[in-house]
Amino acid sequence: MPDRPWIMRTYAGHSTAAASNELYRSNLARGQTGLSVAFDLPTQTGYDADHALSRGEVGKVGVPISHIGDMRALFEGLPLEEMNTSMTINATAMWLLALYIALAEERGDDIAKLRGTVQNDIVKEYLSRGTYVFPPGPSIRLITDVIAFTTEKVPKWNPTNVCSYHLQEAGATPVQELAYALVTAIGVLDAAKARGDIPAERFPEVVGRISFFVNAGIRFVEEMCKLRAFTELWDRICRERYGVDDPKLRRFRYGIQVNSLGLTEQQPENNIIRIVLEMLAVTLSKDARARAVQLPAWNEALGLPRPWDQQWSLRAQQILAFETDLLENEDLFNGSTVVEAKTQKLIDEAWAEVERVLEKGGAVAAVESGYVKQALVESNAARLRRIEAGEQVVVGVNRYEEGVPSPLVADLDEAIMRVDPKVEQDQITALAKWRAERDQGAVDAALKALKETATGDANLMAASIACAKAGVTTGEWAGTLREVFGEYRAPTGVGGAQVSRSEGDTVKQVRAELEAVAEKLGRRPKMLVGKPGLDGHSNGAEQIALKARDVGFDVVYEGIRLTPEQIVASALEEGVHLIGLSVLSGSHLELVPDVLKRMDEAGLKDVPLVVGGIIPDADAARLREQGVARVYTPKHFALDTLMGELVELVAERAG
Amino acid sequence: MKQPGAPTDLMSAEGISALASGVLAGRKASVAKALNLVEDRRDGSRRAVGALLRLLREQSDGSSHRVGLTGPPGVGKSTLAAALARTLRERGRSVGVVAVDPSSVRSGGSLLGDRARMGFDPSDEKVFVRSLATGGEAGGLSWAAPAAAQVLAAAYEVVLLETTGVGQTETDVRYVADTVVLVVQPGSGDVLQFLKAGIMEIPDLLVVNKADTGVLAERATSDLRSALASAQSAGLGEAMPILATSATERRGLDELADALDAQRASATDLAAHRRRGEVAWTLQLFRRLHGRHGVETLGGDAALEAAIDEALDADAPPTICAHLSERYLATVGRRESPGAKATKETQP
Ligand code: B12
Ligand SMILES: Nc1nc2c(ncn2[C@@H]2O[C@H](COP(=O)(O)OP(=O)(O)OP(=O)(O)O)[C@@H](O)[C@H]2O)c(=O)[nH]1
Ligand SMILES: [Mg+2]
Repeated sequence: MPDRPWIMRTYAGHSTAAASNELYRSNLARGQTGLSVAFDLPTQTGYDADHALSRGEVGKVGVPISHIGDMRALFEGLPLEEMNTSMTINATAMWLLALYIALAEERGDDIAKLRGTVQNDIVKEYLSRGTYVFPPGPSIRLITDVIAFTTEKVPKWNPTNVCSYHLQEAGATPVQELAYALVTAIGVLDAAKARGDIPAERFPEVVGRISFFVNAGIRFVEEMCKLRAFTELWDRICRERYGVDDPKLRRFRYGIQVNSLGLTEQQPENNIIRIVLEMLAVTLSKDARARAVQLPAWNEALGLPRPWDQQWSLRAQQILAFETDLLENEDLFNGSTVVEAKTQKLIDEAWAEVERVLEKGGAVAAVESGYVKQALVESNAARLRRIEAGEQVVVGVNRYEEGVPSPLVADLDEAIMRVDPKVEQDQITALAKWRAERDQGAVDAALKALKETATGDANLMAASIACAKAGVTTGEWAGTLREVFGEYRAPTGVGGAQVSRSEGDTVKQVRAELEAVAEKLGRRPKMLVGKPGLDGHSNGAEQIALKARDVGFDVVYEGIRLTPEQIVASALEEGVHLIGLSVLSGSHLELVPDVLKRMDEAGLKDVPLVVGGIIPDADAARLREQGVARVYTPKHFALDTLMGELVELVAERAG
Repeated sequence: MKQPGAPTDLMSAEGISALASGVLAGRKASVAKALNLVEDRRDGSRRAVGALLRLLREQSDGSSHRVGLTGPPGVGKSTLAAALARTLRERGRSVGVVAVDPSSVRSGGSLLGDRARMGFDPSDEKVFVRSLATGGEAGGLSWAAPAAAQVLAAAYEVVLLETTGVGQTETDVRYVADTVVLVVQPGSGDVLQFLKAGIMEIPDLLVVNKADTGVLAERATSDLRSALASAQSAGLGEAMPILATSATERRGLDELADALDAQRASATDLAAHRRRGEVAWTLQLFRRLHGRHGVETLGGDAALEAAIDEALDADAPPTICAHLSERYLATVGRRESPGAKATKETQP
């Protein structure tokens, strides 16, 4: 009997709840079989649209959901009992689930029938994704509160989706991806068990509801073996650590988004080929096949995808599932000695790393100490170095760079989706109206109850659902918990990171130039690498900071999520010679001019400012007009050359 | 290589005096500029620094409290400095922080990570953080840290000086701080190591941070008490207050702030202490540039100490060190300026 096709999803959401609703309906009409909701960064980090840090981010990379009114608009006309809804939401997962449940109850749905997933995995937020809010202890509590609640009330819901996807996007090797995802799952399950309020006989079900969200890169044979290794290791953990007897509850259930980190700005049309090859890794083996697949778009490195770009990727899935004979076959690789040996090697190496982390006190302890983050930063640096040195071939980047230009990118600035900046003000206005029209007494009471529950240790789900129904906003819910739990800043991983680089002549030359500038200045050139706004993409900033250190800069890097005011204050106090901002979330036109203005006010007019990230050409020109010295994008992958330019810039200003 | 000669090459006397007033008034831009100057290794700048520090010494009342925070890597010095600074701010005190991180041996560059643990309100005019790299300097501090601490002391009521994560040989902080706090981690055995190394004379206060780790921390504190007591009876180390803090959960900070105040209040000969520290540091600086040979050539430790002590009436340590270097180089007849050291050692 042919295997059933996997669930086909497109990660989507932008502008407003109403606009996103329209998008979902048309995606479903095109044959998409599940919903995958992308939230904007303020919603993901627990801020209302009118918060200072939300500036430039509202409705940009996802849909803003501020309260139950937005939730109503988002799912208008979509039958919740029939949907399978995946929500990429973490620090505020409990809140978005509370809104979803409150909406279902309001509509008279049976919440026991709701199916879907909240990502709700905080560990990889600290390590890669960056939308964490609270410290690890309270965050784990929120996760296990959701688990305990859904186990009892919404049994078909996946309360947590352990992610290795984001680890690979932050540079993880296959072994690291396996190991760190598995220790994360262990950390969550151990914590759920330790609560004591989940009956022992139901614990195997809790284990069975853990699902995974993984990655598949371009080395698709090894990646396929990685998925087979995952399946075996998870089975082992379920059996040996949690004593789960039912093999069905030990199944490694996973969804996938294929690798995006390797998708290129140069010759972007090649990306669709990479995407298809990567999809093979997670579909070829029947015994380790993905349950849900979501693909990035060919223009990934240019900016947000338009509906057509997403449709093209969806078509790739449909062709593989429905035109080819793939699904007619049993597992193609059982008995393959090559595949088995590769899989076994991954299993052994990953298990050794799992044990190492458990010895260090487990996932949370290894996050807090910076051990895992540093390991990822080092792997990513090694990857970039291989590409720069030409040891790892990337077609169109370091090999076969010349070619006929693609008509797809004839007008680069039109080849992406642009969100109307007006949506931010609209959301702010609507929010003010919402606040004015709701029953403030009910809101105050619900928040008071939330705070009391948070101070104690009862499950926070009920209080959150009550808040949702009372009309509380996302910022108010998270703000109340911030007061009780405090706010966390995760280790940056760069401090101790050691990079073994075979050093080319360029590095040596750049270093010598830097020393010459140091002599002229009287002190070593000092650079501030800053991440303004809510953007959590830290890879670029981390690698720039590391590389700058390695060519001889003194580097200040304070991690993600800083206000322009904080960045300029640091630059002043630290006496830097150069400021470099990294912005990938698309808020550069709002945030960079703000930094420039504040630099002026602080008397830092003479300090050059450079910007890197996902910056469309037209925007780059505007930024340069406003005083930005240089703009860098992913095509500037040759870090040594880039560093040379930065040193030159400091030299120019040194006179 | 051309070295600018007179201080006026870089800054006029009026410029220096305006800068000093800005620092004394606690203006951030002035403090930042003064620190840039302090880090500047060119001869001309060093003379300007000498002049600046002298002005600051004359014009400030010396009431600022310089607190050194030292201890092994990762015990929470930066987090504790930030938490303590917040407590002090709540008490209405202004705070300057100098945080030192190691430089890379290979490139001479550094990642200054302490600041990332601090995160103060950028609109608060009364708290200031500066990161410094060791620049290859041994001792747990940076070449410029002592002078930086002096600048901050003229601008802020409390100066916190965080060393790099130190082992048992990096003890320069004692030359600079009025009060040295040794921060340790529960159950780490660090203190015993320090005791064995005979350097438990240096701290005035012992803080067991990460006390949120519960029972472990309590036991660690009491273990320390008894270890110290028995060490003392064996003639090692001195009695000192032992406190427990949690920098992340902000516990024990009021007690720490009180203990620091008590230390400050009980310090009787602070001026003399600072002077001894400056003498010792100047000598250390000189010794690191020119080694034993340098010291012997100029007459040995005692003679140099006396000379430095005298010179300190008129000049600041970096300037004195520069003069001594000139004397030494003239004696041995080499034409190399000590200012070249920093950039030279890291050249490929
Ligand atoms: C990896 C990645 C992630 C990782 C990030 C891991 C991490 N810790 O950094 C993960 C999976 C977590 C992630 C998540 C998200 N991502 Co993402 N991500 C990417 C991806 C694929 C690669 C970025 C990257 O790391 N490249 C490698 C580094 C080394 O390159 P780089 O940062 O570009 O830096 C280079 C240059 O730009 C420059 N540079 C950069 N910064 C600086 C700074 C200075 C001073 C200098 C001199 C140079 C410089 O030099 C570097 C060297 O070449 C891009 C698409 C792409 N292929 O570029 C999308 C992309 C940036 N993500 C995007 C989005 C929307 C998201 C999400 C917001 C989705 C959502 N709605 O939840 C989330 C949330 C993230 C958050 N908290 O902000 C969008 C942004 C859209 C936009 N700008 O309009 C992109 C463009 C994808 C897309 N097309 O939709 N993402
Ligand atoms: N549990 C707990 N963790 C703490 C405490 N103080 C600091 N930490 C954590 O310990 C780690 C190191 O903290 P830092 O403040 O960077 O330590 P440090 O001594 O300044 O480190 P170096 O400057 O690298 O020597 C971080 O993960 C902190 O969050 C505390 O009181 N309790
Ligand atoms: Mg530190």
